[in-house]
Amino acid sequence: MLLIHCPYCEEDRSELEFRWAGEAHIARPENISAISDEEFAEYFFLRNNEKGLTYERWRHIHGCGRFFNAARDTVSDKFLMTYKAGLPKQPIPSEVKAEAIAEEKTVETWEATEGDAR
Amino acid sequence: MSASSNSGEFRIKGAGRHTPARTARFTFDGKSYTALEGDTVASALLAHGVHLLGRSFKYHRPRGILSAGPEEPNALLDVSRDASRRQPNVRATVQEVFDGAKIASQNRWPSLKHDIGAFNDLLSPFFAAGFYYKTFMWPKEAWHKLYEPIIRRAAGLGEAPNEADTDHYASRYEHCDVLIAGAGVAGLTAALSAASTGAKVILVDEQPEVGGALHFDSSTEIDGKNGYDWAQAVAAKLKAMPNVTVLNRTTVFGYYNHGFLGLVERVTDHLPLPGKDLPRERLWQVRAKKVILATGSIERHMVFANNDRPGIMLASAARTFLNHHGVAVGRAVAVYTAHDSAYEAAFDLKRAGIDVVAIVDNRKLPGEAVLAEARSLGIDVLLGHSVLDTAGRHRVSSISVARNGEKTGRKLKVDALLVSAGWTPSVHLFSQSRGKLRFDAENDRFLPDIYAQDCISIGACNGTDGLSALIGEALAAGAEMAGHKGASSIDAIAFAGSNLYEWTGGLIGAAEGAGRDTTVKAFVDFQHDVTAKDIRLAVREGMHSIEHIKRFTTNGMASDQGKLSNMHGLAIASEMLGRPIPQVGLTTFRAPYTPVTYGTLVAHSRGALFDPARKTPMHALEAAEGAEFEDVGNWKRAWYFPKRGEDMAAAVNRECRTVREVGGVFDASTLGKIEVVGPDAAQFLNLLYTNAWDTLKPGKSRYGIMTREDGFIYDDGVVGRLAEDRFHVTTTTGGAPRVLQHMEDYLQTEFPHLKVWLTSTTEQWAVIAVQGPQAREIIAPFVEGLDISNEAFSHMSVAECTVMGVPARLFRVSFTGEIGFEVNVPADFGPAVWKAIWERAQNLGACLYGTETMHVLRAEKGYLIVGQDTDGTVTPDDAGYGWAVSKKKTDFVGIRGLKRPDLVREGRKQLVGLLTRDPNEVLEEGGQIVADPNQPKPMTMLGHVTSSYWSENLGRSIAMALVAGGRAKMGETLYVPMKDKLIAVEVTDVVFVDKEGGRING
Repeated sequence: MLLIHCPYCEEDRSELEFRWAGEAHIARPENISAISDEEFAEYFFLRNNEKGLTYERWRHIHGCGRFFNAARDTVSDKFLMTYKAGLPKQPIPSEVKAEAIAEEKTVETWEATEGDAR
Repeated sequence: MSASSNSGEFRIKGAGRHTPARTARFTFDGKSYTALEGDTVASALLAHGVHLLGRSFKYHRPRGILSAGPEEPNALLDVSRDASRRQPNVRATVQEVFDGAKIASQNRWPSLKHDIGAFNDLLSPFFAAGFYYKTFMWPKEAWHKLYEPIIRRAAGLGEAPNEADTDHYASRYEHCDVLIAGAGVAGLTAALSAASTGAKVILVDEQPEVGGALHFDSSTEIDGKNGYDWAQAVAAKLKAMPNVTVLNRTTVFGYYNHGFLGLVERVTDHLPLPGKDLPRERLWQVRAKKVILATGSIERHMVFANNDRPGIMLASAARTFLNHHGVAVGRAVAVYTAHDSAYEAAFDLKRAGIDVVAIVDNRKLPGEAVLAEARSLGIDVLLGHSVLDTAGRHRVSSISVARNGEKTGRKLKVDALLVSAGWTPSVHLFSQSRGKLRFDAENDRFLPDIYAQDCISIGACNGTDGLSALIGEALAAGAEMAGHKGASSIDAIAFAGSNLYEWTGGLIGAAEGAGRDTTVKAFVDFQHDVTAKDIRLAVREGMHSIEHIKRFTTNGMASDQGKLSNMHGLAIASEMLGRPIPQVGLTTFRAPYTPVTYGTLVAHSRGALFDPARKTPMHALEAAEGAEFEDVGNWKRAWYFPKRGEDMAAAVNRECRTVREVGGVFDASTLGKIEVVGPDAAQFLNLLYTNAWDTLKPGKSRYGIMTREDGFIYDDGVVGRLAEDRFHVTTTTGGAPRVLQHMEDYLQTEFPHLKVWLTSTTEQWAVIAVQGPQAREIIAPFVEGLDISNEAFSHMSVAECTVMGVPARLFRVSFTGEIGFEVNVPADFGPAVWKAIWERAQNLGACLYGTETMHVLRAEKGYLIVGQDTDGTVTPDDAGYGWAVSKKKTDFVGIRGLKRPDLVREGRKQLVGLLTRDPNEVLEEGGQIVADPNQPKPMTMLGHVTSSYWSENLGRSIAMALVAGGRAKMGETLYVPMKDKLIAVEVTDVVFVDKEGGRING
């Protein structure tokens, strides 16, 4: 069970207290009633679902109740950083990134096990 | 007979650590035995010369005891106190004997000695690896009828209990600075070192006493004491320290992310009469800042022909039985080894007066010290020799020994054979922590290499050989993990230890006796009956990944997870593939380290506590009135109130009639309630609902519809405006949490500029709905400080007042189409107010009604229930609520989604009423609707029935349905085809009662 740092409580708290809330940094268009069907689809339906580094929203639902942003590596399931809602997408410090890439290598992936045998 | 002879003819006087006078009685397969307190089931049975304990999984071969610890693959037994407290697959080497234990062997029929399944052993050429995949391929139909039932009957380990478990289980959370797994020399030393810094330490060990290998290793001295005695003294010292918790009989079974560990503590399994207050087992969920792994190593068996007979066991196990339990495993014992450590088993037994027939050493050059000692004790040592085969039906009776390379050997009569191929470091927890291993080719073992978490491995599990090195490593690790680097703190507690012998040697893979031909059974994995030839076959048949070899042969996939077999299997595969071991790889170690009972994982979350029920403040009063309850989410809601002799239909019909004729009282407390407060509250609600809220005057309420961005209905409810800056929002019963989450999401992330506060008040208010022509008359005497006449307090009014002196919020609102009020009082006052209102209502001829009547009455009025008449693809217009979508607002959640081409096209499914041609026919909810019942299948389905009831007030059935282009089909006849009939229906308006809506305003 992970520890997640809540940027509002400024504490590492158990994963049980949090709820995932989808991809981060997708702003609701200011002029939403005027956008095209394609723009609406892009805003509402389409998600990146990237492997590796992703930016997500989480909510400290059984704590302070605040939504915040998190950068997480979906391969290693490591939280690289968390920051408050409303802040722009934060760059990952290079040392954190290096650590994350190293950690990815400790993960047993399909490619590393089954894939190898094909 | 004396007590000591009672406890078994293989007890050695003066050996072992148990007290001869303290005995316990137990039965094994119905026969009664006496044990000594502290015995495991294994040691107690061996003391009586019982070696045959079970039958193997696939071939039903006789099996005995292989080990003396948790790695045991063979001796799995069924242990019970009574019928409801019975557990299969208990390891005889772990379970302590308690007085009154009933123990039975498994996997045999009709008896352990005469097992029909043993026939499989003769058929074994057909049961080679992968035989399931090959044999039962054809014909396809035979799988369900023939193969599967037979396999199911024959397979399986043990028999699952068939009664509810009457034990209870506990669960707790803990935090610490340093958690130490394993209390052998390394773990104890590290604990002393860490604890002396003041750090909070948890020391965990799976055995009843600390000591680890000191249980059997009698030749170790530490700090001037015998090793085992030293360990107990250290444990006593640690237990007396306030910052240390020592957990015995506790297994660290899982090492998860961020220093989170799962522990299972076996609290009562060793007690004859456990107190009712004690949990059987306790789950510990520990968050440790640092972890020290001192999990030791596990001895491997030798792989050779017929190496599985009862009486063949690990050398260290025989030492444990002798040195700890005082039991000799035989009277004429041989040793077959590739490692020095097994020599010490021979020495111990010889000194205890047991005949040691020979030490057969696979190697040409053992350690000089052990060889010298063997010679001085007069033990015959055969160097460069192997055991080619064994004989003996229910127990080994002879072995065949030959010089390496020779095909035929000479027979030696034995009644026990001790084997050792060396020691495998227990890196399970390290691997679970996602650490990476490296292969130590010199010693044929995997060792911790790259750490993924804040932990450190010490002692045997880290490949540290030699006691002095181990103590030094443990002292340093304890101080370092506790945050005190450097020697100063260590010096104060340092001590010395010594072994008589330094061990060398080891072998992985098949020994000489494993043979090359396909008839030899040289077992690698005992629990799943995997032999060396199975692994060779798997490679020959094209399995080149160790993961595939594992799955094809099932090597290491039994409940012991290959603690003994993995390294042997890997070595055989490596040899067959012609690739070095690191390139073949190692399968993943997964939690749990040893099996954990479901009871422990579930703990208190069973029965009523599995998914706690939510009850309204008036629940008990409703139950006293005879209410039947239904589950709505976690809520228990009064469903209907049957009077004596009434069934559900009769009760609901009476309630429906009474509400429309007189009045009814209904518990609406489960309605979700959210207080929306702040200067921008109206603006916020404008954005979250399709309706306009800035036009709503304080003192009035309005029905609101909430959509998601996609334009589909998400929730609905009445919203009352109590003041310019204060709204009382109600949601559906099931929707309250997600609606609040939805609102918070927008408020925090999209509209953070708005000054609004959201508070869940669902549980704060008890809500008593009073509906019907007499509703005003019923509540009038209780309402204080408010004129509730129709003129002063018309439909959709809301006000704060007092009811029976209690601060209240009164809504004039109706979900029945009758005059209606909802009395909101603080939850604690709910029962008192309910009692008074109900007493008066009863006197006026009104009734209590439940959710079923509520559903019928609202359907008579065509009122929507979100989630029943809508399904996440229904727009407000589809539902006939287009009027609730503001045309003036420039923004709200859903404004763009509602304009999507598919949402504005013709022919969408719309909510309409249905009247069956036969008024007595009540449609089934979910029934599909078609226009042409004669159309060949698949028919064109126009929609489905969403709500359907018998309406007592109309004397006929009514229904609501989503029908494609429904509002343009008024008066048309459609059909609902059922399995046994075709039901003709007429499409109508959704309002069936009081179409003009006059009653509500009375």
